[in-house]
Amino acid sequence: MKPDHRLFVTTLLMGLLALGRPALAIDGAPPAPDFRLTNRAGGELSLSGLHGQVVMINFWASWCGPCRQEFPALDEMYRKYRPMGFAMVGINVESDKADAERFLGMRPVSFSILFDPDNRVSGSYGVSAMPTTVLVDRQGRLRWQHRSYRPGDEAKYIEQIRAMLRESP
Amino acid sequence: MSLARAMLLVLAILASSGCSPIEPWVKPYERENLADPIMAWDRDPIASSYMRHVYESREGARGGGGATGGGCGCN
Amino acid sequence: MQLNPATRRLAGVLAAGLLLGPVSSLAGVLPDDRADLMYHYYDGGGVEIDGPSVLVRKKFAEKYAVSASYYVDMVTSASIDVVTTASPYSEERTQYGFGVEYLRGKVTYAASFSNSSENDYESDTASFSISQDMFGDLTTVSLSFSRAWDDVTRRGDSVFSDQIDRRIYAVDISQIASRKLVLGLSWETITEEGFLNNPYRQVRYVDPAEARGYSYDPERYPRTRTGNALAARARYFLPYRAALQGEYRWYNDTWGIDSSTFEVGYTHPIGERWTFDAHLRYYMQDAADFYSDLFPFRNFQNFLARDKELSTMDSLTLGVGISYEFKVPRVEFLDKATVNLKFDRIQFNYDDFRDLRPTGLAPGTEPLYSFDANVIRLFVSGWF
Repeated sequence: MKPDHRLFVTTLLMGLLALGRPALAIDGAPPAPDFRLTNRAGGELSLSGLHGQVVMINFWASWCGPCRQEFPALDEMYRKYRPMGFAMVGINVESDKADAERFLGMRPVSFSILFDPDNRVSGSYGVSAMPTTVLVDRQGRLRWQHRSYRPGDEAKYIEQIRAMLRESP
Repeated sequence: MSLARAMLLVLAILASSGCSPIEPWVKPYERENLADPIMAWDRDPIASSYMRHVYESREGARGGGGATGGGCGCN
Repeated sequence: MQLNPATRRLAGVLAAGLLLGPVSSLAGVLPDDRADLMYHYYDGGGVEIDGPSVLVRKKFAEKYAVSASYYVDMVTSASIDVVTTASPYSEERTQYGFGVEYLRGKVTYAASFSNSSENDYESDTASFSISQDMFGDLTTVSLSFSRAWDDVTRRGDSVFSDQIDRRIYAVDISQIASRKLVLGLSWETITEEGFLNNPYRQVRYVDPAEARGYSYDPERYPRTRTGNALAARARYFLPYRAALQGEYRWYNDTWGIDSSTFEVGYTHPIGERWTFDAHLRYYMQDAADFYSDLFPFRNFQNFLARDKELSTMDSLTLGVGISYEFKVPRVEFLDKATVNLKFDRIQFNYDDFRDLRPTGLAPGTEPLYSFDANVIRLFVSGWF
């Protein structure tokens, strides 16, 4: 992704920090920064490869309590909406995979887990809270950003996902 | 201005800045080490509060023990 | 440092600001649910104290938390004060406490109450604190206020009764300096009014009329005391996964006590389950203005003290601890549990408090007192 585009998206998301609300509609729906990261099996997954689906990107870490707490809800959402064209990607931000693997061994999930050990993708998305969940529509545009997680937030996610699933690619 | 008042004024300014212009130099996703349980100021409050009691009942000094913050910074 | 009305008003404004200020809907997290059960043991200077301590905390909806504590000291005292001026005794002190916390956005409000009770001393304490994360959660600022009401009586004396009114103000700031370093700063002011001495303790003065050369009189203390403590600390993450902590505390009060405390600590996990801790602490203080081991004559001055706690003294502690983490088989609601043992050895040295047990010495030439204490903390913790 071009550096100036990344800077723009980062600045935009950082600027939204000032509003201080956890579920933000992203003004102007800019294209979501593309990425290509490694999954647990060693293969690669890119965001552009998911074009046409509604994508939820969840930035998480095994050391983050609310992230761990959110996982079961994310897994349930993924299983339910996957047949309708919904994709979920859990991007782990830890510099070492070992702790994440250990956590996933105890609490497996069915959605893709990708590793961003040098935090380049976290940086390009302007991640300013842990966890951060971002929703990308079928046209690859950033639509919603959720910072932090409290039990009950999944209701909001579902509402937004269903609205975006009804849109055409 | 007394020290107490100066301190409180500084804190009042800090507290009112809900929207911060300062960008955090440790990003939320970089807090792996800080979130490690061994980096907690006080891992076992039941044990540390007892020791504090042992010292305060045998020494002249009191206080100054409060240790908060650090950690994962989640949510 | 008394807080005058203007400063108190400013504190009120600050507290209100934190209470009503811009609420970022980003939230912090409350600590995990846990229960601890500890056996504590102290043995030093002829005093033996042991007993249980229990602490439980639970949160609800990630917004509220409650905690409760129970603590008992079973005391057998044949301390130096007791053997020279009284007779050994046994007693028991029981303490109950409970607290609530409320997390709203990045602010945690906490209130707690505790009661401590023994046959000649009763104390009630109420506390309130506000804690806020700011600047991208790199800074945490806490303000707290405590008020205590103590009732002092004397065993064997149905007439004597007095009170202490205590107020404690504290500010704590925690600052993340880097990915591996967190810094802390604490300020605490403690102000007390009332009967601040011990109804059993005596001072001694030179008395040629006595065979041993000195006589005793009850101690007389001021009825107010205000102390300030300022502490700075740092905790650093070592690359091979260990933590190093350093702390310095300065203290001074209106009784003339000036002290410094230095502490270094090291935490070293071994494998997945074991954690080892070690620390070294050094404490030194100057005596209170009205303290003396031996006054030149009776009623030498308005205030008289011979409490070794107010003397010129120092203490050195070396402590080690070991902790083992495990999962309890067949108990599903416990996420994890630990069993812990901590041992501390404290050496107390007094520069102007003398050991009066050896007889036949001219007053003021008795050896300076010192003693060692062993402290054991054995506890189990469960997270659920």
